[in-house]
Amino acid sequence: MRLARHLPVTTLAAAIAISGHAQAQTEITVATVNNNDMVIMQSLTDAFEEAHPDITLDWVVLEENVLRQRMTTDIATGGGQFDVMTIGTYEVPIWAERGWLSPLDNLPDDYNEGDLLASVRDGLSLDGTLHALPFYAESSMMYYRKDLFENAGIEMSEQPTWEEVREWAGELHGSEDGLAGICLRGKPGWGENMAFLTTLVNTYGGRWFDEEWNPELNSEEWVSAIQFYVDLLNDYGPPGASSNGFNENLALFSRGNCAMWVDATSAAGKLFDENESDVADSLGFAPAPIAETPKGSHWLWSWALAIPASSEKQEAALEFITWATSEEYIELVGETQGWTSVPPGTRESTYANEQYTEAAPFADFVLNAIKETDPNDSTLKPNPYVGVQTVNIPEFQSIGTQVGQTIAAALTGDTTVEQALDNAQRATERTMQRAGYIER
Amino acid sequence: MTTLSSKTAAPRSASGWRSAQAKRAMITVLGWSVALVIFFPIFWMILTGFKTETAAIADPTLIFSPTLESYQAVQARSGYTRFALNSVAVAFGSTFFALLIAIPCAYAMAFLPTKRTKGTLLWMLSTKMLPSVGVLVPIYLIFRDVGLLDTRTGLIIVYTLMNLPIVVWMLYTFFKDMPKDILEAGRMDGASTLQEVCFLLLPLTLPGIASTGLLSVILSWNEAFWSLNLTTSSAAPLTAYIASFSSPEGLFWAKLSAASTMAIAPILILGWMTQKQMVRGLTFGAVK
Amino acid sequence: MTKTRASGRTVGGLRTLFLQAPAVTLLLLWMIVPLGMTLWFSFQYYNLLMPDMAGFAGVENYQYLLTDPALWKAMGNTLLLVGWVLAITVIGGTLLAVLFQQDFAGRGIARVLAISPFFVMPTVSALVWKNMMMHPSNGVLSWLFESVGLPALDWFSALPLTSIVIIVAWQWLPFALLILLTAMQSLDEDQVEAARMDGAGPVAIFFFITLPHLKRAISVVIMIEMIFLLTIFAEIFVTTSGGPGLATTNLAYLIYIRALLDFDVGTASAGGVIAIILANIVAIFLVRMVAKNLED
Repeated sequence: MRLARHLPVTTLAAAIAISGHAQAQTEITVATVNNNDMVIMQSLTDAFEEAHPDITLDWVVLEENVLRQRMTTDIATGGGQFDVMTIGTYEVPIWAERGWLSPLDNLPDDYNEGDLLASVRDGLSLDGTLHALPFYAESSMMYYRKDLFENAGIEMSEQPTWEEVREWAGELHGSEDGLAGICLRGKPGWGENMAFLTTLVNTYGGRWFDEEWNPELNSEEWVSAIQFYVDLLNDYGPPGASSNGFNENLALFSRGNCAMWVDATSAAGKLFDENESDVADSLGFAPAPIAETPKGSHWLWSWALAIPASSEKQEAALEFITWATSEEYIELVGETQGWTSVPPGTRESTYANEQYTEAAPFADFVLNAIKETDPNDSTLKPNPYVGVQTVNIPEFQSIGTQVGQTIAAALTGDTTVEQALDNAQRATERTMQRAGYIER
Repeated sequence: MTTLSSKTAAPRSASGWRSAQAKRAMITVLGWSVALVIFFPIFWMILTGFKTETAAIADPTLIFSPTLESYQAVQARSGYTRFALNSVAVAFGSTFFALLIAIPCAYAMAFLPTKRTKGTLLWMLSTKMLPSVGVLVPIYLIFRDVGLLDTRTGLIIVYTLMNLPIVVWMLYTFFKDMPKDILEAGRMDGASTLQEVCFLLLPLTLPGIASTGLLSVILSWNEAFWSLNLTTSSAAPLTAYIASFSSPEGLFWAKLSAASTMAIAPILILGWMTQKQMVRGLTFGAVK
Repeated sequence: MTKTRASGRTVGGLRTLFLQAPAVTLLLLWMIVPLGMTLWFSFQYYNLLMPDMAGFAGVENYQYLLTDPALWKAMGNTLLLVGWVLAITVIGGTLLAVLFQQDFAGRGIARVLAISPFFVMPTVSALVWKNMMMHPSNGVLSWLFESVGLPALDWFSALPLTSIVIIVAWQWLPFALLILLTAMQSLDEDQVEAARMDGAGPVAIFFFITLPHLKRAISVVIMIEMIFLLTIFAEIFVTTSGGPGLATTNLAYLIYIRALLDFDVGTASAGGVIAIILANIVAIFLVRMVAKNLED
């Protein structure tokens, strides 16, 4: 029987499959995104385990989309696979409302809750109680190349407008080999192109829904904002703009392929780091450009650590999330990884720290941008929702992604802007009718 | 182009010999260029893994100073061995069970066919056309309730069932081509069904069974939907490992290449080593 | 031991049942339990994100899905994808099999290289094509285009479906090659020689001897590939996310949007049921057609 030859391998496999884990220690499973700041957190595992010898960390690091679907499936079905989840300002209030997250009303005193930036803390709270702790927070702003601006004799204004940006982009586009006048997000997704585009629509005076939850995607404001975006990127954008998200643009800008870029403030640290960026010494900052109104022209987002109510290791999980979002952690990163790598935007104390403000000249700028945003009042005309670049209702993930897709189709020239927005409007109406927000 | 193998093109004269030589040279060049073009993306990925991040995005070149930088960075971030062991356990475990269940089934279909055999076979194959994502939530709920989430056992069960239709069908074609007289002779000598299967059928169709098993191992190794959604960490195979490197963060091409190379290396090497065996096995059955 | 013919048949029948039972039962369970739950959910309001909205929905989930303009586009894309990839791999595979059947220096290694893509996981091959081959600024293809003076092509926005077809075909071409090469090896040399003596040219030999000989192997390739191609997902997820617009959304991806972006289990289940029905229609017509070739 030659089949026997296969047996050792397979019995081994079966043995591995059966053997469970039996530790005396508490092992907590932490689900997180593969963003740079989280990778640093993972690399500091030893520091945490040394300080907490009874806890070990088991990391699940996944790409953002995969992570989100994985966590949502688990938490909604009460799978109990994770003890700590990395989620954003969009999920926290929705999940907290459904009782899926443990309320964090018993934070230790030395955590210094009052030190957290107010707008960030509000975004992670339900009825005044925190349900997740901010790991880092960001707003959006404009990055530009000072050297190029100087050479062309352009002066950056205190508060640039989109019309000015278009002019400058036209002047600078192609003035160096492979230089795009402007880089913007084009990759479809509610957290990708729609995050940027919603702020653009906001500043053009538009909104997602009127006060009765009727979508307004084919309104004049949307059409002019999206038409402007499509023309701008097609005339002065980099090749393949429709597949560029945050990370792709970061790579482009740091290699010197963009004259201007409007995106997350959290990119500043990397762009300013001479080891990672070719443009570190000529980097300029400006507020996100505006058009009709400054309202909602820059966003607010934070990545936060939360404990699912289904976790059986609440205490150990709390130990971990208070450590990873503490002042000590920020100092630890500053000392071991360099101060520009510190997770920004969460604590006043970070911005009071001279070591940080010296290493990161953009610090005050970011702090103000974050403080200025108000998710409860982000559009010119009143709206029924919370969120600057998002609409914090469960349906927004799919609405945002679908609308993002139709706009990407307009960007590649498959459809006109009007057609794209009509399609988006119809699809959104369908979703909202089905979810019972509006009559059919 | 010609369908003749060159040994039949017997040279008759000096000029004929020369033209046969020229033809052979042409085929060599053609064959190699096609093979290299097809292999190029893999080759490029392996190469990029040994570059620095800045070299990875520079203009394509074959000349660079190789470095293990990216491999070190990737290894520092997540331990490869744990993922790889899970992949091995799950791929081979599920293949073993699929064969165990499929052999009797295929035996019955091949040697004791009924009116319904063809129908059953087609029905089995059609079960594979259901998109996995449509049944994710039901399966997730079942797995949660019986405690199979994030276990190798759970993944082995899913893969066994996933590959069963193809395994049954391939084995069926191999068995059907077995000369009936041999089994008949065995039965005359008083062999029981079990003996008949173990001592006659299996040895004779081993090449076919081996190729079927290989195919099942490859399919299980490369499956990326269930492995991502049903595992967390302790049972996560290499497909989950890749998913932690797959979105760009700054310069990531070299690291992605290094991680990808490590994820496919075991199965690629297994495939290379066994491809002769696979071809030999397949010649017996379905495609002879 | 001799049996009468009649009793032999009964024993055989029982034995068949007994031997097939494990596989058939397991597959039945695998089909029936999730299928049952899917059917049940497809008539329910069931959204993971909205636990309060529950209850019997009637045919509303189906209605919602069937009136979605995206559905028809997705079906069209599914068929285009399957059709093109099948065409490329079968024709390409046959030509390659003929080529690699020739004797040439280093043939063994060349063959191994050519079948390698089949061993690469779909996620990895999609990532490699996206980031290293088709990338508009760092890709090898754009470098090639530029070096011959053509403008760089932004593959996934200019030719989205074509790009997906290229990636998927690249993965499955080696499979077709492997199967067809195997089949080729059992080609009767004497028959070819005889035909040649009769004055048949290489082209005639290919069409009148090689191709008919490969008929059965081609059927196998079509059947197995079809099973996998109908549910292509990873390649789309990694590269285009179904866009731009709906350009690369196939049925599997559409169900994914409902299931894992909307978390609308009800509608996703309805989509699953529709996919099963379609799969069975395909199974009845196409597979049966192919299966006929497998009879002999």
